[in-house]
Amino acid sequence: MAAEAKIDPMHQFAIEQIGGNPLSGTPFQFTNSALWMLIVFAAIVLFMWGGTKRQLVPGRWQTAVEGLTGFLDNITRQNIGAEGRKYLPWVFTAFVFILFSNWIGAMPFAVVPGAHPFTVTSQFTVTGFMSVTSFLIVLVVGFWKHKLHFFSLFVPKDTPFVLKLLIAPIEFVSFMVRPFSLGLRPFVAMFAGHILLDVFGNFVVQGLNAGGPMGYAISALCFVFLVGVNALELLVGGIQAFVFALLTALYINDAVNLH
Amino acid sequence: MMDLASAQVIGAGLAAIGVGAAAAGVGFVFGSFLQGALRNPGAAGGQTPTLYIGFAAAELLGLMAFAVAMIILYAR
Repeated sequence: MAAEAKIDPMHQFAIEQIGGNPLSGTPFQFTNSALWMLIVFAAIVLFMWGGTKRQLVPGRWQTAVEGLTGFLDNITRQNIGAEGRKYLPWVFTAFVFILFSNWIGAMPFAVVPGAHPFTVTSQFTVTGFMSVTSFLIVLVVGFWKHKLHFFSLFVPKDTPFVLKLLIAPIEFVSFMVRPFSLGLRPFVAMFAGHILLDVFGNFVVQGLNAGGPMGYAISALCFVFLVGVNALELLVGGIQAFVFALLTALYINDAVNLH
Repeated sequence: MMDLASAQVIGAGLAAIGVGAAAAGVGFVFGSFLQGALRNPGAAGGQTPTLYIGFAAAELLGLMAFAVAMIILYAR
């Protein structure tokens, strides 16, 4: 019979150093997170390079890239207006990076022994810095365009004075929470999803180890569930990237047009 | 008097109830959208950004409940 294996779903998020250690004792280490960031970057470059050959009659690849750029162009134009084009580079970068790292992290590379994919966006450090970047763009653009008038963002127009006193602090808090909530969303979605995948993957293995009709039945059931959850993970990865891009565009719209 | 480890597990389980509440919220957002979209399919396409903003707001609270559960579970 199998030994009682303890499920450790947190192990997959551990950041480990890879290769030699030329900078021992410094914070500059080449980790698995850095490696998978480079892999995500290479995948993005490959995808964009293959689709930007400017063929007159676009092939499948170019259609995919054009669809992606057109989709993001649409988000910025609909939410920010004609000026939205200026902010397309950051919205595009954030969307594509989150999308690719979510999807690459969910790929079953582990069928090759030792090749465990690491989901870059499952670390709050990464998504947190991306959301802080969005927030800084909002602050810089807002103060640049409207100077100190930017503070009227917290005060809705045509409100009675008494109500203004009440609403302004609430608006201020909801504004300051934005970088936190924006970064928390993609991080927790990936984090929770991968814990679920890990736990059910362990159930499959433990059921096989236990043997007997009951063990195999549980194992098969968990495997079917695992496939479904994996498909859901891909969907959630896409939705989270879309929500990040959409909310970034909305926040920038606040700074540009000052409702 | 119960020890810290069991209290942590119970607390994390209680905090995870919030995720279920967020599930109800997300279901309500999509359900309401579908209801409106079936009544006026022509206007539905333009409202998808609004749908996802509502979805993001409802989902965030569930994710926060999850984060709180994880903090309780792994706090030392």
